[in-house]
Formats: sequence, C-alpha cells, structure tokens
Amino acid sequence: MPETSEHAGGPASDHPTISRDEVAHLADLARIDLSEAELDHLAPQLNVILESIASIQGVASADVPPTSHPLPLTNVYRDDVERPGLTAAEALSGAPEEEQQRFKVPRILGYDQ
Amino acid sequence: MSPDKRTAVELADALAAGETTSVEITRAHLDRIAAVDGDIHAFLHVDAEGALRDAAASDARRVAGESRGVLDGVPIAVKDVMATRGLPTTCGSRILEGWIPPYDATVVAHLRRAGLPILGKTNMDEFAMGSSTEHSAYGPTHNPWDLDRIPGGSGGGSAAAVAAYEAPLAIGTDTGGSIRQPGAVTGTVGVKPTYGGVSRYGLVALANSLDQPGPVTRTVVDAALLHEVIGGHDPLDSTSIDQPVPALVEAARRGADGDLTGVRIGVVRELGGEGYQGGVLTRFEESVELMTKAGAEVVEVSCPHFVHALATYYLILPAEASSNLARFDAMRYGLRVTPDGDPSAEDVMRATREAGFGDEVKRRIMLGTYALSSGYYDAYYGQAQKVRTLVSRDFDAAFQDADVLVSPTAPTTAFKIGEKVDDPLAMYLNDLATIPANLSGVPGISVPSGLADEDGLPAGVQILAPAMADDRVYRVGAALETLLVREWGGRLLDQAPALPAVGDAETPEGVR
Repeated sequence: MPETSEHAGGPASDHPTISRDEVAHLADLARIDLSEAELDHLAPQLNVILESIASIQGVASADVPPTSHPLPLTNVYRDDVERPGLTAAEALSGAPEEEQQRFKVPRILGYDQ
Repeated sequence: MSPDKRTAVELADALAAGETTSVEITRAHLDRIAAVDGDIHAFLHVDAEGALRDAAASDARRVAGESRGVLDGVPIAVKDVMATRGLPTTCGSRILEGWIPPYDATVVAHLRRAGLPILGKTNMDEFAMGSSTEHSAYGPTHNPWDLDRIPGGSGGGSAAAVAAYEAPLAIGTDTGGSIRQPGAVTGTVGVKPTYGGVSRYGLVALANSLDQPGPVTRTVVDAALLHEVIGGHDPLDSTSIDQPVPALVEAARRGADGDLTGVRIGVVRELGGEGYQGGVLTRFEESVELMTKAGAEVVEVSCPHFVHALATYYLILPAEASSNLARFDAMRYGLRVTPDGDPSAEDVMRATREAGFGDEVKRRIMLGTYALSSGYYDAYYGQAQKVRTLVSRDFDAAFQDADVLVSPTAPTTAFKIGEKVDDPLAMYLNDLATIPANLSGVPGISVPSGLADEDGLPAGVQILAPAMADDRVYRVGAALETLLVREWGGRLLDQAPALPAVGDAETPEGVR
C-alpha cells in the first residue's frame, strides 16, 4: 500500500483501521472492481477482522526465525528429458477467446500509459 | 428404497466374494443421489455415465482376474477443488463456471488407476474459504442430520455425501480444518494427512503451505484404505514427501481391537473451555475417559501459542490466497466479463473478478493484499511467520510428553444456515482447534464422539500426531471408534434421521 495513508510507514497504533478509501485502493491493487454498496459492506468487516488479528504483534521476539513452510524443503530437480504435456488444443480448451492457436486478450495498454 | 449403508471395506469384500458388481453398487449410489440430493445439495456435478462406464470396466477387470486392488470398483465423490479431466471443476466459484480441466490432479489419477468410479464433484465454500459451505456460489449444502443446518466447510459437500449415503468414500482438502470440521458436524470421519503426504498437484491452491488433500469416510479403516490409494511421493509436487506411506490400514486394524495400553495421550489445555459448547466438551471428556479405561496414559499438555494460531492463520492464508487467486485474470480460462466501450485487459480483469468472486473471496484477497503491502509486511505477515514457528515449537514440546494430542474437533455442533454468513469473525472461530495442525503440517483425524445433549447433533474428537506419524492417528482413531461403537451399540450415523427421498412412493428404480 503506498504511503499516502494515515498509517504511512507502518501501523502506528494498536488498533489499526482501514478507511473506506483504503479499501477502495486495496481493491484496485487486487484488480477487483467494487461497487459503492460493496465498499460500504466490506470496509467495516475488514476492520473487525484486522482488529482481531492485530493481537499477533509483540507475540514473537526478534530472535524467533520465521516459518514459511511447515516441513523442511529442499530444491527439487528432475532430469531434463521430454515428457508428454498438453496439446495446444487442450491448453486452449478453456480460453475465453483464441486466435491462431493463441490466447486472444484485450488490448494490454491503457490510453494514458 | 433404502440406501446402501455398507462401508467401503464391506463393499470391497462383497465385490471380492462375487456377491455384487461395481455397476450394481455404483447404480445404487447414483439412485440415492437422485433421491436425496435435491434436499442435501452435496453435489455440483454428477457423472452418472462416466461412473457407470468405469464401474463396468472394473467388473470386466475382476472377471479377467486383473483387479487393481482392494477398492477397485468402489465408487467415490471428489471435492470440486480437484482438477478432473473431462469433468467440470468450479471450486464453488462463478469465475470457473463451466471450466473443464484438460488434466487430472494426481489424487484423481490415483483414484482412476486404482479403479474407483467417480460419482461426481462435491460442493464447497468458494475456493475453500469458509467453514459452512454457505460461501458456495451455487448455494449451500444441507446437513443430513438437520436440513436447516450447515454441514461444515469448506468440504461440506464431501462430508454430507458420505453422511447421507450418497457415496461410501469422498476426497476432501484441509487448509484450516476443511476435512475435519465437516467430519465432526456430520458424524463422519475425516483425515488431514501430514503436509506433503498426499500430492497437491491439480488441487486448485488456496494456501500452498497449508493445503492438504485427504480422505472423507464413515469409518477409520475406510479412511486408511483410501489414504493408501492417494498418498505417496509425486514428482509433480515439489513439496511432496519422498518417503513411503506408513502402513495405515495395518495401524487402523490394530487399533480396532480397542486396546490403548502404553499409548500416551495429551489433552491440549488451550483447546477447550471457554468458547466450546457444553455438550461438545461432555462428549470429549467421555471419549478421554474411555481411552483411559482402554489403557491409555492421559496427561495434560500446554501449547501456549495456540491462542495466537487463529490470528496467525488469518494473516498467512489471505497472503497466500491473494497471490494464488491472481491467476484468475480472465485471459486463459474461466469467466471473462467485458465492460462496454474499448476496455483494456486490466478493465476486463477488474470487471471479471468483481462478477466472478463472492464476498468472502474478496475479503480475503484484500486482507492478503493489505498484509503483504510495503510498510505492513513486517508487522503482519512477518510476525505471523514467527508465531508459526512458536506454534510448531509447542507441538514439538507436547509430543515429548505424549504420542498423540486430543481435543474437540470443532467448538460447537452444526449451526443454522444463514446464522453467521455475514459475520466473518464468528465463522472463523469454527476452525479454532483445527488450525494449529495446518500451521505445523502435522496429521490429524476427526472421529465422531456422540451427540451433544443440548441439540442432539454430532460432535467430534480430533487426534493429532507428529509429522510423518499418520499411522498413530489411525491406530488411536480406530481404537476410540471401536470403544464408542461398543457403548452406542452401533454407529453414530445409525441415529441420524431418515431423509425424505424423492420417488419413495413410486416403483423403486434402484432395485434393478
């Protein structure tokens, strides 16, 4: 989230809140259009959730290592040999639009870009 | 027409003895689905034709002496989060309505290889986000014990299908309790294997570091049989454990004698008391008492960081989910909504995701986006990862004093449909007891513990074991099941009310 919010630089208080504008901004970052009614509905709910999960701050001391994954992981490699994959027709079978064996998408750039 | 109430083991025995055929069994279950699923709504898609074709092939193999294993010919239902080649896979979401995957999940490939006819795909909370199956875009599933109540979630469809005798077996997935909690509130058995024990390839990811597929059944030994079919190393899943699956069926059969001499059972102090329904706790305490009488040594253990597990989970899960669900971009598969005018790809993406995702999915995507934002990452996601370490350390310490840990599976029995659907926090509390296992990757089972006195609805006991010791949850789970069935004089599901079946008054077509 860009640092234009009232919490610029990180959560300053024990009771963080997300404003309606910030929820709109999050929706924009997440590429979801939200109607005015949805914003009214979701913003207070997100605040309640956020308030309850904020309790996590201060539980772990600085020397506790983070866990990203429950069991120890090592990189997995395989031999670089050919194996069967999807055909082009199979890969395109769910495409909303296709052309010349390719996914056809709307224009990528906005006019202001 | 009465349902086929035989367990998977009984069906497999009947098939082996030549007393019945897979076509007969499969048709009986399809008839049952036709009769009761209008009320239950456990299935999003029923594949009668495919299931009967697979059943006929199984029967032909058996005649030729080429049967592929114990469960060859025993039908199964699959949660709609697993990719099934040629069968719709929606994840309970509008954004995947009509999608037919061009490949099979590894779990599904295992089922096909072992000869289990696939009856259809079961209902679920959208992208497995929920504890009630009310967040399905296709309408809720109803609990067979009381049609006004939820069947748990996210895998309420799989649990209800098994509880209503629509399928003898089902596949679920458990990210925070989505196999175990539905098991508890429907009076069925559900197992979350050790993380990495069952392949996630082809499972549409909710939270990669937490998701784990597993069996949904009516008995513990049935779960063990199914687990042995779907478990094992998969080169297509880089987090798959490259070790043999423990002897689970053997462990379940050993436990079924009801003897727990020498087994140390730890009661987790933090998973009980306040917030837990009285009748759920009473049934739990009775189960512990029975296990003590059966020779188990019961100790109380403390896992002080479990009280922070829920908050930890609701940071880690949305963070992973918001990244995972970015793939639904309306470009390669799934829904595409094109706004008027000359929209860009981003405009199409925004409009599609608004129309295609439900409220809970939107909530969690935004929560995850927030938690991963610059300036908040360390305070939220970073902290959650550290607390995850502390939860695992609690498990390590507890397993020094006990071979398995026990608690109620869910804090309450099934609540009424609609009661918590707009109160996310109240909904999240249903997974209070099941979440720690997902954070640490340890295996767990839910076994029916009886009916709560207040409402006469099923409750469950959860048994957790150290990572890779899945055999222990089967041994102790089977022992508790035996002890309880002895007390009750039959299975808990025998006490469930009969379902009104469509066509009961007509000629029973099922008897063909």
